[in-house]
Amino acid sequence: MTRFQFVACSELIQILGLRADDERELAEILEKVSLDCVHYHTHGHFLRHGFVGAPYPNDFATWAAIQVRDRVLGERLGVVSPLDFPSLEDLREEILTIIDDHLSHLNIVPRVIFGDPFDFMQSRIVEAPTGEIADSLETFRSGLARIQPSAVYFHTIEASRRLGRPDTDFAAWLRESLGLDTLAAAVNRVDPYAGSLERLRTELLRLCDGELGLPLGTGLPGAPGPESPGTT
Amino acid sequence: MKPASLEAYRDVAPPGTVEFLYRLSEKVQGRSFLHVNSTHQGGGVAEILMRLVPLLNDIGVKTSWEILEGTLEFFRVTKAFHNALQGEEQVITEDMYETFLECNRHNAARLPLEADLVMIHDPQPAALVLARKVPGTWVWRCHIDASRPQRRVWTFLRRFVERYDAAVFSLPKFAQRLAIPQYLIYPSIDPLSDKNRELSDSEVAGILSRLGVPQDKPILLQVSRFDRFKDPVSVINAYRMVKRRNECRLVLAGGGAADDPEGKVVLAEVREAAGRDPDIHVLELPPDAHLEINALQRAATVVLQKSTREGFGLTVAEAMWKGKPVIGGTAGGITVQIVYDLTGYTVNSVEGAAYRIRYLLNNPEAATRIGRIAREHVRRNFLITRHLADYLTLLHVWADGGGRCKNPGPTPW
Repeated sequence: MTRFQFVACSELIQILGLRADDERELAEILEKVSLDCVHYHTHGHFLRHGFVGAPYPNDFATWAAIQVRDRVLGERLGVVSPLDFPSLEDLREEILTIIDDHLSHLNIVPRVIFGDPFDFMQSRIVEAPTGEIADSLETFRSGLARIQPSAVYFHTIEASRRLGRPDTDFAAWLRESLGLDTLAAAVNRVDPYAGSLERLRTELLRLCDGELGLPLGTGLPGAPGPESPGTT
Repeated sequence: MKPASLEAYRDVAPPGTVEFLYRLSEKVQGRSFLHVNSTHQGGGVAEILMRLVPLLNDIGVKTSWEILEGTLEFFRVTKAFHNALQGEEQVITEDMYETFLECNRHNAARLPLEADLVMIHDPQPAALVLARKVPGTWVWRCHIDASRPQRRVWTFLRRFVERYDAAVFSLPKFAQRLAIPQYLIYPSIDPLSDKNRELSDSEVAGILSRLGVPQDKPILLQVSRFDRFKDPVSVINAYRMVKRRNECRLVLAGGGAADDPEGKVVLAEVREAAGRDPDIHVLELPPDAHLEINALQRAATVVLQKSTREGFGLTVAEAMWKGKPVIGGTAGGITVQIVYDLTGYTVNSVEGAAYRIRYLLNNPEAATRIGRIAREHVRRNFLITRHLADYLTLLHVWADGGGRCKNPGPTPW
């Protein structure tokens, strides 16, 4: 059996100097930026929302709803799940199509008046082991409870991109090393895009507790529960 | 103040952080990191370097900190540059540019400007980059809001900035159009410093008693320089709207009036607006009144930062770290720190501030909930431990060519 080494990550955020003041500019710039930039504002969004979730699960939706105060576009972009798209190019296409369709029904282009413009960014990830190593479900569960939220991101959201497959690192190890196919399938079914990383961790711990026969809902020892905002 | 050790942060940083920082530091062991700024004391940059430099050394990065030596005339010139970069119209003469360059030349000959990563803080030492000789990465760290600079000063400064390998800003909106890569690193607070460390109730009571602020009513607090952009008179107006139905005191605490003519004018306006109301306390504090600010923030029921223009606004994070609900203006970094209705409220008017103060005074359970989440939000995003991780990452990416954007790495087990 291979042991599981929990890896966390840190990111260096690069400001690209590309800025949108209205929704048409947002689409025009989005069409040209690198896929790293698309990743940063969609999948990567969660690395920056470890504890407090944002109103919507990607930066484009949050900007439209909060800064432009265009709730409709915010809601339409907010429901896009990156899991549904085989590639970042497909995800970009979907976001662009939604913005274009939205604008085609309006006589004016909604723009920022009181809020901040949208700044396009990308990041570089540096990974490092956390020191936590698992060789059983029990040690996996205790390691999962102790690691930094960025490790939860790295092994779930980041993993699918890194490995080019829908499996998270957690699910792949549980299946391949511990033979826990049912638990692995359940872990893969948890939607990582539905809240903060702490919510995701709590869900994963709950599944482990179920498999171990521990009382459910013990959650993360010593840390408060994850939080999600309403929209302003 | 004791020398900083990363171990001391184990109980205050998020779980797993200290261990991760040790592992991350292994990637840059023995690397050298030099910081240069213009003052050893006073101001946010010196405050954070005082703690970050020992921490970086503690975990194996050979870090040094050098101070630019300058004449009074040089600092008068750079104060004008500073104001011009923040958008104020200034008269800048050719002699002033020459004073700036001469001071930088003098320091370039004097300072040991050799390291794997050289970080030059703010405009004052920016021209040192002309002296770079040996291999090593040079980064310009801009802490101020230079998003709407006076064009001629920025044009002058830009020719130095573009000689760097990269620039680092505190908010995306502070960034400039530049040909070099620009990075985003938020500033941070130190939870173990005098301004933020835990205080007992008796310590808080003792300090408030010395300051002449009774704790018999809920305290509304704004800590800031006496500066129009901090909007202190609007805070008084909001307090008056609240006071019609709710007993409370207002404390406006800050400095900057002693050596700043405009600060004196604003302070006089604030005193006039306060009138003879015994429940309004206008406190002029010296720059090193860290414990006093700490105690006031801990004693407050609601903290305000109703700025109309702001840099990052770390006083917001300081109050949030003490579990206080904060009402802030929608300016600068305040909107990054306050997540509406979760970690506080951002407001756009006097009425908005008054409404949210009243709401928090009358819903103590909401104030407690917001304060609890605010503290966690700061723990994970605005503590010095996160800042340390950012600098280690920057060092690894630039000194070692580390990090990756999109190339898939190996399976981690």
